[in-house]
Amino acid sequence: MSATQTPPSQSSTPEKPVETVDSVTIRFAGDSGDGIQVTGMRFTTATALAGNDLSTLPDYPAEIRAPAGTLPGVSGFQIHFSSREVLTPGDAPDVLVAMNPAALKANVKDLKNGGILIANKDAFTAGNLAKVGYAKSPLEDGSLSSYRLIPVELSRLTQNALEGMNLTKVHAERCKNFFALGMMYWLYDRPMDPTLKWIEAKFKKTPEMVEANKKALMAGNAFAETAEIFSHHYTVKKAVIAPGVYRNITGNEATALGMVAAAQLSGLALWYGSYPITPASDILHELSKHKNFGVMTFQAEDEIAAIGSAIGAAFGGKLATTGTSGPGVALKSEAIGLAVMTELPLVILDVQRGGPSTGLPTKTEQADLLQVMYGRNGECPVPVVAPATPAECFTMVIEACRIAVKYMTPVFFLSDGYLANGSEPWLIPDAAKLPRFKPAAAPAKENFKPYERDEKTLARPWVTPGAAGYEHRIGGLEKAEGTGNVSYDPDNHERMVRLRQAKVDAITQDIAPTPVMGPKNGKVLVVGWGGTYGAITAAVKNCQAKGMSVAAVHLRHLNPLPPDLGSILSHYESVVVPELNLGQLLKILRAKYLVNAVGINKVKGQPFKISEIEAGIEAAHKGRGGN
Amino acid sequence: MDEELTKLPAAGPVPAMAKKDFTSDQMVRWCPGCGDFAILATVQKLLPSMGIPREKYVFVSGIGCSSRFPYYMNTYGFHSIHGRAPTVATGLKCARPDLQVWVITGDGDALSIGGNHLIHALRKNVDIKILLFNNKIYGLTKGQASPTSEFGKKTKSTPYGSIDQPINPLAIALASEATFVARAVDTDLPSLGEVLRRAALHKGSAFVEILQNCIVFNDGAWADASDKSLRSDALVQLVHGQPLIFGKDKNRGIRLGKGFLPEVVEFEAGKPPADILVHDEAAQSPALAHLLAHMSHPPFPSPVGVFRDVKQPILHELMEEQIAAAKKSGTPDLQKLLTGTETWSVN
Repeated sequence: MSATQTPPSQSSTPEKPVETVDSVTIRFAGDSGDGIQVTGMRFTTATALAGNDLSTLPDYPAEIRAPAGTLPGVSGFQIHFSSREVLTPGDAPDVLVAMNPAALKANVKDLKNGGILIANKDAFTAGNLAKVGYAKSPLEDGSLSSYRLIPVELSRLTQNALEGMNLTKVHAERCKNFFALGMMYWLYDRPMDPTLKWIEAKFKKTPEMVEANKKALMAGNAFAETAEIFSHHYTVKKAVIAPGVYRNITGNEATALGMVAAAQLSGLALWYGSYPITPASDILHELSKHKNFGVMTFQAEDEIAAIGSAIGAAFGGKLATTGTSGPGVALKSEAIGLAVMTELPLVILDVQRGGPSTGLPTKTEQADLLQVMYGRNGECPVPVVAPATPAECFTMVIEACRIAVKYMTPVFFLSDGYLANGSEPWLIPDAAKLPRFKPAAAPAKENFKPYERDEKTLARPWVTPGAAGYEHRIGGLEKAEGTGNVSYDPDNHERMVRLRQAKVDAITQDIAPTPVMGPKNGKVLVVGWGGTYGAITAAVKNCQAKGMSVAAVHLRHLNPLPPDLGSILSHYESVVVPELNLGQLLKILRAKYLVNAVGINKVKGQPFKISEIEAGIEAAHKGRGGN
Repeated sequence: MDEELTKLPAAGPVPAMAKKDFTSDQMVRWCPGCGDFAILATVQKLLPSMGIPREKYVFVSGIGCSSRFPYYMNTYGFHSIHGRAPTVATGLKCARPDLQVWVITGDGDALSIGGNHLIHALRKNVDIKILLFNNKIYGLTKGQASPTSEFGKKTKSTPYGSIDQPINPLAIALASEATFVARAVDTDLPSLGEVLRRAALHKGSAFVEILQNCIVFNDGAWADASDKSLRSDALVQLVHGQPLIFGKDKNRGIRLGKGFLPEVVEFEAGKPPADILVHDEAAQSPALAHLLAHMSHPPFPSPVGVFRDVKQPILHELMEEQIAAAKKSGTPDLQKLLTGTETWSVN
């Protein structure tokens, strides 16, 4: 469907009808310089304030500014919002806002049939069309007839709205994202005030940009209302959400806040040693802002120095952490072994991205699980925890810190690009009610042995330099049991290897019973971990609604695995493991439990669609494998 | 923030200590005749005189013969992994400014696998004391060419002679803007002791190259410097504010010749010419120190002593200042932090 544009009429237009819909998915797409992420985040905040549940997924290129108008330069932001519970950023958008031909070409195949397609007509020039291989403008050749195509002269209309403001053409052009945002606010009945206030704060140093962006936003809103484009607009009712005060939060923000909280809860000062790497750098940025909490951030010369500094800080008695992505974990491996040998508390954040090698820096994947489990020399067990949603990064990073301090061990916190950059509403916790954890008290000075173990946790004491009478040496050479002196004794080595393993296994005593979503016995059990939670849960709920005998468990502790998992697995005819890799948890489950599990696997740098998992579950339900 | 761990037994007045108090119960496992013994003894003798409680010392090392050092000191110690000691020491010192942190390393550890960390610890002026035992060979792995081995050197890994140019440890330290740079010889104990004392007193990164003999794989590598009878002609002792004069009879000196290149001049003992170079370890410009670092025997005497000793802001102090300033401008309120700026209520 195409619509003719008419300039906003001066006469008052009759109120257009409002249609109530359950759930909407919108994708904004444009050049990486078009302000797509800002537009998406503003729409997200407005939507949160409108009381909907939501989930977002930014999708941006690795290049900071790829050549304008080209496919590699396309940046996207998708938001799914609803009056019901939202578990994923949505499979296919209902609305696509395309700022240029490249954005259209890269995204239109995902748009639902009959979906609304708003395109910036001014960007469909011969030059821009040629850059992405369009011989003719798709806005005019009928190729988009299965969508409700709405070409809008975004650039010209924005410039018209800003006429008389004495802005250069370039500056005026930059406001067009707010014009588009204003249109979307009218179409989905979102409040304008929060964005107007945000513009005032954001651009306060350049008053002319405050005025220009506000004008563009309001002009877009008025244009959508008055122009004969939309016959009606939509409203999405408030979702039924647990009462309380909410904010929107990304996984990386939640991770950083969780670390600051963990420091407060343990009474230990936080050390974060890191080297810039996508998609983990935002954690360094966020933590660097919170020096008033005594947070020490250290931008190291490389990945190894980052973890080395953290190991030094741990030896010095701090809550030591380091963060990176898969390539950085590879570089840190030897030092992680040192932390295992010296039994120092340390949290290593791995915000996974597409691999191997440099891979897909800005895209998501879950293919580091086997690396963090086994990617070190020697028998080198390291506990692994993984958050399931962006907001859950907060609680799980606190859990990682707690385990590290209680068991005197390095711990992996396994996030991913989807969780890191994705966002969701977060019921702000009461800081006073967060569980505290303290390091164990120092042992007596008499007969002090640096490798004498606590009976229950098998942890060694954490006595730090400066304590008189406790002077001792630690290092990477094998330790004699108890004294910690260097030992090459064969029996001692085997004992120590087994003790280090037993210590990690002992963490199972802290793991709560695994919640099972669905019947306790049945045909299919879906086992997931990490950021696939939303898609898996939605798919399982859909299958259950269809009457299928399906249950799901989602693992937060990956090493050690929950002690009840073996028993749970045995209660289903088949086990399906959806992962954004070629079957890594699958391998572990098959090896540990001798269970004939099958995988649903995807490695496209993109999260699962609900429908993909649903198809895999249905196949398993019918007795065929996953994929 | 309260820190229970650092509140452990508080140090009272520093008790009088002796060398034996800094000697651990572990058997020293270097080869008989190794230069490392003399360095260990010198450090164990120095520390009791520094007025710092024993429990405040931490020795951090990497991998190599020299890196066994911490096991033999009855202080806190950390034998880390190859090349990475400066990183561990950096984290430890910045997190715990109350400690005095020493790094023990070798030519392979510091200049090959750990080259990057050495450069960055020095340029950040981390308050650590780095002792680089330079024996121009890989000892622990039994005799391969190291980054300081001379060109053409025949070793197990270079049977036809090394085809790599050696690296100059002092030049690296100076290029990294190290604020304290010195050199000493393992067999000259009084001079070694004095250089180490100066390093210990320096605020900021201190880098000391110690010419050390590996008796098994590279014996005699520093023969001219270690032999008492040859030393006076092979070395020139740097003394701040004093002219660069050397030789058994103190009748030779260094001056700047054509093209700002050093040259040796002979003169009647006791009557040095006025243009003999005068050492200035406190010069902000590292130019003189660079020139000295590139003089080596022969044909020049190799300089020993303190090349450079200047003041620069120290990393942990800068970190503390930023944290203190941040605390002044905003009291930490976890609830406020978690709440953020944009919220909404659901009833």
